[in-house]
Parts: sequence; C-alpha cells; structure tokens
Amino acid sequence: MIEVRFHGRGGQGTVVASILMAKAFFQAGYFVQSFPLFGVERRGAPVEAYLRLDTRKILIRTNVYTPDHVVVLDPTLLAAVDVTRGLKRGGWILVNASAMPEEPATFASFRLAVVDATRIALKHALGTRTHPIVNTAMTGAFARVLGEPPLEAVVHAIREEIPIKPQANIAAAQEAYEAVVFLRPSVAGGTPSLALADDSSAAS
Amino acid sequence: MKKVVEGSHAVSEAVRLCRVQVISAYPITPQTHIVELLSEFCSDGSLNAKFLRVESEHSAMAALIGAASAGVRTFTATSSQGLALMHELLHWASGARLPIVMAEVNRALAPGWNIWTDQTDSLAQRDTGWIQLYCEDAQEALDTTIQAFRLAETVFLPVMVVLDAFFLSHTYEPVDIPDQADVDRFLPPFKPAFSLDTAHPAAFNQLSPPNVYMEMRRDLQDAMEAAPEVLEHIEGQFQSLFGRRYGALEAVQCDDAEIILVTSGTITSTCRLLVEKLRAQGEKVGLLKMRLFRPFPYEMLKRRVLRARKLAVVDRNFSFGACGIFAQEIRAALCNEPKRPLVFGYVAGLGGRDVTTDILEEIYWTTKTTAHPESESVWVGLQQPAPAA
Repeated sequence: MIEVRFHGRGGQGTVVASILMAKAFFQAGYFVQSFPLFGVERRGAPVEAYLRLDTRKILIRTNVYTPDHVVVLDPTLLAAVDVTRGLKRGGWILVNASAMPEEPATFASFRLAVVDATRIALKHALGTRTHPIVNTAMTGAFARVLGEPPLEAVVHAIREEIPIKPQANIAAAQEAYEAVVFLRPSVAGGTPSLALADDSSAAS
Repeated sequence: MKKVVEGSHAVSEAVRLCRVQVISAYPITPQTHIVELLSEFCSDGSLNAKFLRVESEHSAMAALIGAASAGVRTFTATSSQGLALMHELLHWASGARLPIVMAEVNRALAPGWNIWTDQTDSLAQRDTGWIQLYCEDAQEALDTTIQAFRLAETVFLPVMVVLDAFFLSHTYEPVDIPDQADVDRFLPPFKPAFSLDTAHPAAFNQLSPPNVYMEMRRDLQDAMEAAPEVLEHIEGQFQSLFGRRYGALEAVQCDDAEIILVTSGTITSTCRLLVEKLRAQGEKVGLLKMRLFRPFPYEMLKRRVLRARKLAVVDRNFSFGACGIFAQEIRAALCNEPKRPLVFGYVAGLGGRDVTTDILEEIYWTTKTTAHPESESVWVGLQQPAPAA
C-alpha cells in the first residue's frame, strides 16, 4: 500500500487534489481511499488531505501517520509545518515552487522535485491573481513524479470532478506534468517502490 | 457502475435510487453532505422528491411523520445534538409504525464541542423503537440504505442507518452504484394499507387507554422480533440482484477462536487486518462484526460466540455510571448461558480519537494475558496526565 499526504492552505483545493488523484488511480486500476484531515477548515490555514492506494481492497480506516510521499501545494508552509513528519525514507517531496533556494536540512533523506504550479495556474486563469487554484497543476506534476497514474487518467478525473473551467484545468495538469524539475531524483539507502502495476484488474 | 464517491454521497445515491418522495432535514456536520447532494438531486430533477428545509431536527422528524402518515416514502439524516433534539419524535415515529429511514452519522455529544465520531448519540436512542444498523464502509452504507427502506416497509418500523463521522462519511472510496432498474425490482413503491387521505377522513394515534396500549406495545415488539428473519430474507434477494450480503452479524474466523474481538462501524474494517496478522502468527483469534443492534440479535450472537473463551468488546461509546454499551448488551445476552465466554469491555476512540491497529492489538493482548475482567470497561489510550486543551 502507498500512502500520500497533501499539504496546502484552506481554499487552495488541497482536498480536491487528493480526490482527483484517488479517481485517477482508480481509473488506472487501483483500489483507493481519500480523505481530508478531519477538522474544521478555515481559508488560509494549513490543511492536510490523504490518499491511499493498493492492489487489494483497502481495509485500514485510520489516519495516515507514515506517508510514502508528500505533496506541498504552498511553499510558505515549509516554514510553518514539518512536511516530513513520519515520511518514509526515500519518499518523494513534491513542492509547488519555482526553485528551492533554501532547502531544509530535514529534506536530505528524501527525493525532491518542484513544479511552478502557481505560474501555471495563473497562466490558465485558475482562481484569482491573489489566490490561484493550483490543485490540478499539482496532480499532473505528481503523476509525473510517481510515474503513475498515466496522465490520461488524471485528465479523466479532472473532467469528472471539476465542473468549472475543465479545459483550463486539464491544460494546467498537462503543462505541470512536463514542467517538473527533479532536484534530487534518488537518495542513498533504499527508496520505496510503487510496484503496483502488476494487477491491472484490481478495481474491476 | 463503480465510482469513487464519498461515504455521505453513497447514502445520497441510495436515497435517489430508492425514489424517496419527501426529504426533510436540518443541516449539521458531519451529516450535511448527505442532504446537500440530495437537495441538488431535487433541484436538477434527477430525484422527484419534495425537499423540506425546516427550522430544527425536531421539525424535520415531525414533517416526515406527517408525510409518512400520508403514505409516501421518507428520508432524513442527522447527527449528535440534532438526533438528541429529535428524541421525542423518534418514539412517535416507531409508535405510529411509520417506515421512515434516517441516516445517522455518529458524532460526539457536546460539551466539549466536538464534530468527530462517537456512537453514544445513536446508542442513546436504543429504547425508541427504531431498528439500528451500523455500517463498515461506503458500499455497505449505500446497500444498507436500500435494504433499510425494504425492511422498514415490511415490518412497519423506522430504520436508522448509522455511519461513523469522517472515517466513513468524508472518505472517498470505490463504490458500486446499482442500476435503477435493479433497485426498482428490489424495492417496489411504498403502498401502505392505511394512510391519511382527505377523501376518506380518519384519525390516527388517538388516545390509547390502558385497555389497548399494552397490546400496541407488544405489536411493536413483535415487529422488532420479526425483523432479523425479515432482514435475512431481504438480504437473500438483495444478494441475488447485487451480489452482496452482510448479515445481522458477521463472524470472521470465529469457529475455532479462543478470543473474539467484537466491533462495529469502521473499526471492524481495521480490525480485519489485525485478525489477518494475528492469525498468521498462530493466534486463535476471531472477529465478530455487530451490524444489527436493534433488534438485538440474541440468538445469532450466542451461536457465534458461545464456544470462545473470551470476548473483547470494543466500544466507541459510553453509558455514564455503567460501561460501554455493546459490552453491556452482550453481557446481558449471555448471562443465562451455563457455559459462556468472559466478556472484556474496552472503551476506545471517543470523540473521534483514532482507533489504530496498535490500539486493537493492545486490546487483544490485554485480553489474552488477563485471567478475568478487572472492571466493566477498560479505557484504552488515555493520556496521563490529561492533556491541556
């Protein structure tokens, strides 16, 4: 089983990012489970959402404590929240940022990638100038980083889930897929493998 | 068709498929998503129902009592304080033998203010004459809602479909959404023999003096007692159409089990993993899932557990001054059996605290290494000293 934690701020579409990835992985043949941090959400406050995927029915119904990967939708969270909490060694950290000038020392044992999802969201007029909605761009980038699900599955999920500006959201996901910058594509000491693609009938 | 949907929305889909005619509700977290989607269905025309947005949960149930008395299929959903406010009318709905279906998303009662899962709200309504079914995942919530209408309209009792806040209500997962034609085959239109009708005026639920009241109560209990067998029959038909059945109880690896963990709701799902793990280590452990709580399935329970040495009952609820409520009911069910398992009661996960596999494993090993229960309920995972707010 693979567990993913999404970090964002209320209003950025963090929970929807997790749902989109669940739908995309389901489309690609996996069992999935997605849920928000069970709390009271406020615009601008740090929020979390979670995704589980597996090749068998997911029985565990608890919070996620030791994610395999994390996705950070807002770079200002890096100063406010320990996004590596419980993260398994060798897991991916994908950050919405144009670059990572000051990488926290705690990141050393994780793989690291960035994508400028804010620029892409603004270019496709998603959200407002002050509050761009970056979630669909981040899903495209995350699919690229993991190597799964296929980009077409992400596009399918956006079409099903996002009623507003579906074409612009799809274009943002596609552009972000291509725009990922791999800062640390591997680390020493074992990296968890997805190893999930062997059972494509899982969700039939 | 299989889709990834939220647990709440699985219930809404079921209500649409059941062609409910009147919905009345007052919003309360964590139930709100259920009726939000239903109000969208009513406005986009995909569900031809009257949606009544009322000023309180008490009024929501009052409106459904009126609608159901007039012979239409009715639904509401609520949680916690909302259910508590409905309490008076819950008795009325069952006493009037109205087959109202309600989704009840378990939420802790305040204070302290808490929106997270805890079964004390629904279990506090155990004496109101409502059938109660507890769900483990979103598929079961959808299927149970469909079965609930058929069950309610067969025995003429209201049914509460109970689901955990967040761990079920706000979790997205794959759900097989049945075809309308199959649901129509399973659930015929609601046609009660008696209903309020201006063309044939009649009065229902008039003064019932001592010479008739007791028989009316006994009729209600007869209907309750018939419900487990009716549910089994209904589930047989449900299985032939949809390929799934759940039972009033589900026994997992109980036949040779020395210790049986007893759970309800989403804790059951996590506990399945623990039983797999412990069995792989050679432990003689079983799992009993309690789905039907009212009527209490006395005989079925005995058949499943009497061979075991110990039961470890996990309660995400509490009756103050007593103990966990499932443990209390199970002890009462077994007390006249000459040979019966010891019943260990555990309280865990109140107010939405996570019940992890580690917590469940601790419960198992405590039960195994303790010769005899030392109290009615052991509270698991309490922080010492209590944390500051």
